[in-house]
Amino acid sequence: MRPPIHPIPSGTRDVLPDEMRELRAITEAVRGVFERDGYGEVWTPALEYETVLGRGNGAPPAYRVFDDHGEVLGLRTDMTIPIARVVATRYAAAEPPLRFCYFAHAYRAVRPHRGQMREFLQAGIELVGAPAPHGTAEALTVLCHALDAAGLRDYRIGLGDASLYPRLLAAFGVSDEAGGPLLDALVGRDFVALEGELGRLGLDETDASLLLRVPQVRGGPEVLAGAQEPLAAALGGLRSVQELLAPEVAGRVIFDLGLVRDLGYYTGAVFDVYDPALGAPLGGGGRYDDLLGRFGRPLPAVGFALTIDRLHIALTGEEHEGRR
Amino acid sequence: MNGLGLTIAVPRGALLKDTLDRLDAIGVDTTEVRSNDRKLLFGDVGVVTMRPSDVPTYVEAGAADVGITGKDVLTEQPERDVYELLDLGYGACRMVLATMDGPDPSAEALRRLGVMRVATKYHKTAAAFFERTGRQAEIVEVKGSVELAPLTGLVEAIVDLTATGTTLRENNLVVREELFVSTARLIANPVSHKLKAAAIDAMLERLRAA
Repeated sequence: MRPPIHPIPSGTRDVLPDEMRELRAITEAVRGVFERDGYGEVWTPALEYETVLGRGNGAPPAYRVFDDHGEVLGLRTDMTIPIARVVATRYAAAEPPLRFCYFAHAYRAVRPHRGQMREFLQAGIELVGAPAPHGTAEALTVLCHALDAAGLRDYRIGLGDASLYPRLLAAFGVSDEAGGPLLDALVGRDFVALEGELGRLGLDETDASLLLRVPQVRGGPEVLAGAQEPLAAALGGLRSVQELLAPEVAGRVIFDLGLVRDLGYYTGAVFDVYDPALGAPLGGGGRYDDLLGRFGRPLPAVGFALTIDRLHIALTGEEHEGRR
Repeated sequence: MNGLGLTIAVPRGALLKDTLDRLDAIGVDTTEVRSNDRKLLFGDVGVVTMRPSDVPTYVEAGAADVGITGKDVLTEQPERDVYELLDLGYGACRMVLATMDGPDPSAEALRRLGVMRVATKYHKTAAAFFERTGRQAEIVEVKGSVELAPLTGLVEAIVDLTATGTTLRENNLVVREELFVSTARLIANPVSHKLKAAAIDAMLERLRAA
């Protein structure tokens, strides 16, 4: 007899015990690090009011429903916005810095493929009330501790600054309106389009070539040194973080002057986690110094999220590499 | 492996010869690729060959570090998370909207019926184009010769790639609008772009000079 077919929604999946044991081993190791470093775990509802999610300027919710009062609810697209809400409403008078961690599912309308489902488990931290550069350096340190504890061997962290390119554009007198297509090309990872858009602006040739070259620069701390103004000033934020990193963290960092993330709320340092065993980042994060203010408690903040499925795939991949 | 230490996805078909010439010029030995058109994986020189439309799939997943494919392919697969690094200039062709010669049947369909029917292999490109230009179009996706569709009355117009225009002319079709010009592009996997930065930059440098 054929078994009955009861489908599940596209982009979701079941996890059975063999896989679950491996996922648990990862989340327990990471949870141990977060707790040890002073990050208390929180749960928030998977469903939030759409108006709350919209306040955060993050990814719009992919799944919406009406509740029994006709209010529009949305499934969260990440944990950063719910925690910003928690800080503003439940910790309105608490003395910063505040440290939270989470292990929670988020939901996005992506094209489902390996390591990227529409419902996916994230592990992450939010460090609220700790400004750059110290807060950023702490988040990067916790990130490395967590990846080490999970057993990942060959990971690297790409570190950039979301404010770098807008600052350069301002320094060269490019208006926000004229700079929009340049930032779109950068977010789209399209350097051919970037070159075309730069050509249209009628900039001085050396300025235009700098604006094309800088976002393609990535490497060790040497890429932060020896720059002239206005680039030197725009690199100040990254240099101040670099000076605070312990050698074992600094050794993992690749400075990436073209790194941008597609969520609207990042204001300063941004980072992605890479591993040679996987063709896509395992996670990432950054500073969002304006987000808490939109919820009524202006505090600088930084955080990151790891996609547990991708971390699992990378760990498996490294295991195979090791056997070869 | 080639001297760069990169796995390169190479498109078979119209872009193959120019691509191999460029790879030769930057020091990747393509003799074996040229001499064997059935083999797909050339591990010794770090080359894998495939249909152009599969190149973004392999590069996005990291199965190849870099790849070469047409802008038409990249436009049709906008969701692929890859870096577009360089316009290689060759393989130029135009993405066009074409109809039968004579009075424009698509304009008449739009005016009298409100919707034009358009056959194409590039349904996302076509849908985005009509959305951008504020026209209602029913996209009919076909796999084979697109030119047949307007001749049989299946559609009023086609969106297709043309290099010389010969096939269009032979089928009594004329170009009404040009969507964009497509050329070969070098693309890279986002993780390889960071972890193999030196090799990718060296390849870019040599391709620019070649």
